Amino acid sequence: MQQKRRKQQQKPEKIYLGGEAEVRIYADYVEKIRREKKYRITELDKILRENRTRSEARIISAARKVGVPTPLIFDVEGEKITMERIKGEPLREIMNEELSRKLGQLVARLHDARIIHGDITPMNLIYSDGKIFFIDFGLSFYDNRIESKGVDLHIYFESLKAYFDDWRRLKEAFISGYSSYSKAEEVLKRAEEIEARGRYVERRLRNA
Amino acid sequence: MISLGIEGTAWSLSVGVVDEDEVLLIENDPYIPKEGGIHPREAAQHHSERIGPLIKSVLSKVDKVDVVSFSQGPGMGPCLRIVATAARVLSLKLGKPLVGVNHCLAHLEVGRWKTGAKNPVTLYVSGGNSQVIARRGKRYRVFGETLDIGIGNALDKLARYMGLKHPGGPRIEELAKRGKKYHELPYVVKGMDFSFSGMVTAAQKLYDDGVSKEDVAFSFQETAFAMLAEVSERAMAYLDRDELLLVGGVGANSRLAEMLKVMCKERNAKFYSPPKELMGDNGAMIAYLGLLMFKHGYETRLENSTVKPDFRIEEVDVSWD
Repeated sequence: MQQKRRKQQQKPEKIYLGGEAEVRIYADYVEKIRREKKYRITELDKILRENRTRSEARIISAARKVGVPTPLIFDVEGEKITMERIKGEPLREIMNEELSRKLGQLVARLHDARIIHGDITPMNLIYSDGKIFFIDFGLSFYDNRIESKGVDLHIYFESLKAYFDDWRRLKEAFISGYSSYSKAEEVLKRAEEIEARGRYVERRLRNA
Repeated sequence: MISLGIEGTAWSLSVGVVDEDEVLLIENDPYIPKEGGIHPREAAQHHSERIGPLIKSVLSKVDKVDVVSFSQGPGMGPCLRIVATAARVLSLKLGKPLVGVNHCLAHLEVGRWKTGAKNPVTLYVSGGNSQVIARRGKRYRVFGETLDIGIGNALDKLARYMGLKHPGGPRIEELAKRGKKYHELPYVVKGMDFSFSGMVTAAQKLYDDGVSKEDVAFSFQETAFAMLAEVSERAMAYLDRDELLLVGGVGANSRLAEMLKVMCKERNAKFYSPPKELMGDNGAMIAYLGLLMFKHGYETRLENSTVKPDFRIEEVDVSWD
């Protein structure tokens, strides 16, 4: 009840219009709202918003259970999730090898629990109180296949390339952390294959 | 300064001429497969027969040429080799410098030139390519791209399966306008990457199960284009950019452009797309990038003019604004 009252009185400090959801940041909580996207037809829009909201709330809790820091969820209603605000620094701004290695350990835990994050980038992570928090599970799903886990790592490696000139070292550090996962070797091998695949397909089409 | 550009990375064969201010001329002589998809050797055969007359025709309409530009890649090896050979011969014959350019970058730069977009996120969609690109410092970076096939090839594949003729994209677009019922298809967005091949298979199955061509086309476009709009928006949010530029042959699809326009409007961003004749593969874009690069000190020596079928946009050093 107290929670509700506080919500009504506050104004968001910041509104972030992401590609997939609107994030309203208040003093001590965050609302993630999947608003209607007018560019999509209603049928598809509804499917995506509902499925993603439900699955995100579920996976945030599941991730915490396996020891991956995530915000506490206060409420889920319709296309809106209300959760704890994690105050800290975006990983993107303080990225270093040690943090990338730590991140590797956490992703290993997620994968061990069959959780595919779907969007691991330094933008979606916050460093707070000596811990790396996963704050966005908007594109997450359950899957135990090596392929999905490989794509998961591929996305992170690509985001490193896009953002940091010393991405190679950050990637190596991540790999050393991720190696705590029993299937690490298989997944890493697959991630390399995935990187080569897009180009391979193109080449095959061209030189056929 | 006048630049002549030769494009022929896939089925399109086109020669264009530009100066600093405008496109002076574009002449096209595309390869059109009699049936099925593109056969690289047939396309190359077509290019080798038609490139001579096409260049002659263009030269008869311009007073002079200062730079000879050609698309060096990415593309189909056999087609690229025809284009490169023609460009070398022309450069030697006219005694003018040669500039080999990246085909994807040409799409992007001609788009910026003609729309006035400054530092946009670019969605580049064609047969073989589907990428979300943005500039960071002296390089362009691919922030998201297809994990398997390009959107154009996906549309063509579906079109062929439903017995439609080449080019499949425009035919799917026409059918989709008459579609009414949406059937769910695999929506695959992973970070800023995406995939279409599972969707093609699922759409083919819908067709096998008796869903009308119109509804299959409609469902396919709505799903695939929503994915492209979502990744474009993600990139814009991620990079904090308020401009989106749409380029590439599939960019001519009016439903895709409409969705992107709506998305941009909702986030107060500007949407840009070049005129239709510069949207698909064309010689003018090659000529323009060649001109831009030459003015910034680039020139391709004969020994460096071999084709690059896997030429990535990231490989180009960008020294202009």
